[in-house]
Amino acid sequence: MYRIVSAIFLAENIKKFEIEAPRIAKKRKAGQFVIVRINPNGERIPLTIADSNPETGTITIIAQGAGKSTRELNRKEAGDSIADVVGPLGTPSHIENFGTAVSIGGGVGTAIAYPTAAALKEAGNYVITINGARSKDLVILEDEMKAVSDEAYITTDDGSYGFHGFVTQKLQELIDSGKKIDFVLAIGPIPMMRAVAEVTRPYGIKTVVSLNPIMIDGTGMCGGCRVTVGGEVKFGCIDGPEFDAHQVDFKNLADRNRIYQHEEHEADQAAGHQCNLTGQA
Amino acid sequence: MDARTITAKERMAIPRQEMPAQDPQVRIGNFNEVNLGLTPEQARQEALRCIQCKDPVCIAGCPVNIKIDQFIKLIAEGDFMGAVRKIKEDNVLPSICGRVCPQEDQCEKVCVIGKKHEPVAIGNLERFVGDYERMSGQKIDPKIAPPTGRTVAVVGSGPASLSCANDLAQFGHKVVVFEALHELGGVLMYGIPEFRLPKEIVREELDGLRRMGIEFRTDVVVGRTITVDELMEEEGFDAVFIGVGAGLPWFMGIPGENLVGVLAANEFLTRVNLMKAYDFPNSSDTPVFDCKGKSVAVFGGGNTAMDAVRTAKRLGAEHAYIVYRRSEKEMPARQEEIHNALQEGVEFLLLTIPLEFIGNEQAWLTGVKCQKMELGEPDDSGRRRPVAVPGSEYVLPIDMAIISIGNGSNPLIRQTTPDIEVSKKETIVVDINTMQTSKENVYAGGDIVTGGATVILAMGAGRTAAAAINEKLAGKAKSFEEW
Repeated sequence: MYRIVSAIFLAENIKKFEIEAPRIAKKRKAGQFVIVRINPNGERIPLTIADSNPETGTITIIAQGAGKSTRELNRKEAGDSIADVVGPLGTPSHIENFGTAVSIGGGVGTAIAYPTAAALKEAGNYVITINGARSKDLVILEDEMKAVSDEAYITTDDGSYGFHGFVTQKLQELIDSGKKIDFVLAIGPIPMMRAVAEVTRPYGIKTVVSLNPIMIDGTGMCGGCRVTVGGEVKFGCIDGPEFDAHQVDFKNLADRNRIYQHEEHEADQAAGHQCNLTGQA
Repeated sequence: MDARTITAKERMAIPRQEMPAQDPQVRIGNFNEVNLGLTPEQARQEALRCIQCKDPVCIAGCPVNIKIDQFIKLIAEGDFMGAVRKIKEDNVLPSICGRVCPQEDQCEKVCVIGKKHEPVAIGNLERFVGDYERMSGQKIDPKIAPPTGRTVAVVGSGPASLSCANDLAQFGHKVVVFEALHELGGVLMYGIPEFRLPKEIVREELDGLRRMGIEFRTDVVVGRTITVDELMEEEGFDAVFIGVGAGLPWFMGIPGENLVGVLAANEFLTRVNLMKAYDFPNSSDTPVFDCKGKSVAVFGGGNTAMDAVRTAKRLGAEHAYIVYRRSEKEMPARQEEIHNALQEGVEFLLLTIPLEFIGNEQAWLTGVKCQKMELGEPDDSGRRRPVAVPGSEYVLPIDMAIISIGNGSNPLIRQTTPDIEVSKKETIVVDINTMQTSKENVYAGGDIVTGGATVILAMGAGRTAAAAINEKLAGKAKSFEEW
């Protein structure tokens, strides 16, 4: 069992946990993830490690309640335990001094973009961060991002805070302003990552995305997380999760991630969740 | 009949005892074990068929050299606990091996009785002995030598690792087993289905190993959470055994393989076996493709393919196909599994090769374009090479495709321990007499060395490694000069 040291909501439905996992805390590098299993009947859920503290032996994860398992996780409080935490998994982010690096986080993807943004800063980059959210109350890690940024921007879809619009519009604005951008990291929903890739493609700006395919073991054994990158089959868990955005087949990823849509809905219903969209159980 | 007075003629008159099994029509509706085990009387009868050869060739046919003649003699005499003790001298997991070993290619293949009659059912007797111990409630734990003060890390908890850990513990070494998944047992838990190997049996065998003082740590991915070097340098292990299995599924590289509904046998079986997806959404939160009334095709002809197709049948598939490019004779699966699959209504599409997976607008699989093959000249493996028949292409409508054509070797350890030599196929290179790798004090065995093979071969490798590690740690290994 792995003890939760702290648990706080960053926004509605988005919760930050510090969990005791000394081996992982010691080993973890930016861009890596853990697989979490909440209880003995639980699914294995991959979650990116947002931060770690080797001294206290804790790691930080940030989860958005999206299905039965993540909602169950978000009901956990400090002092509770979860059955399994395994990692750090995946290949760490490739960090170097690119020059000017833009880190883009969409929604809870900001939690994943944050550690890599921090590592890019550490490596001597001029770091620009763009955090996108639907509205002001869903903006997370604003202060943390600011602390590792030379320029920090917030965008909201509804204009309730910061720049009114999408992260891609802000990125385009930066490019149009003549700023020389050498590297872009984009983490968020698949449509956002795909849109960022299309913005940077004409300029040939090296762009990296972190993918979230379905997986079970996270060590290369099940083959469930395969993604198409540059026409080749790659395993998200060991070759990734970060890939060259201009090579990723986003449609294939989106399609494959829908395989259990029906079952997930069924599990949600069985758990008595009321759907926000339809208002039905 | 009495074991002491039975005549040769009476022995030969006893037919090979047939293992009671669940009716095929009943068993496709459940995940319970297919074979039900010999009764004590059947076991005694079967044991009486053994003529107790002076030079028992069956022992040489067993990768772990179980004293087959001796344990069978004890069964014939009705001393079942004696048989347990005897078998456990060489194999700690008789309940498992009795179920999953390909005896027809090993001990039973060379059985002298088999020359004129059916061979003695050695596997069924081994299973009987293992089960007898569990049912009896009496646990026969092996003798443990006094502590040596040496520690060995065993990486992975499948058959190779468990047999290695067992022998090392008996030699008196402290053993810690590291497992990447949340549950111990490796392929015995995630791969082999409940209906062929009940998970409760694996758990009980693991309890036996715990009683011997072996420590188990789950959720540790060696190569990620900790490296082989760190195990020795930071955690102070004197030696490391790597038994992580093959575990990197191969795909066929044909168009459409990434459509929704195409998955590796490893994923399908792991969802159902390890994650218990057959009981989703009740006692399990992990879903699996809903097979009810659907057409499912499994590509491959090995034991894993049979496990996958029979699982699909149990999940309610209306059509469960095996698509295999050669003929039934060339299939690597055990005869028994092929027979069971056929009995359960699995449809075999032999001499058939998939060319392309076809999907709809939503990228869901709808069918597979196949081509018929015919057998030509023998290839490197000695099996006749399948050759495409021009103009024989057709589309088979399917809802799910399961790829079961084997596994490559997992890269995590070789990437993080570059001084362990690997072959062109990326399996770990070892000295087969000791299972020692190119790295000092690091040994390896099982599928990570051989590529996909059997449980018992992995166990044999684990035992060889344990003996070599023991010699090394005891400082008894002769140096080059002494030879």
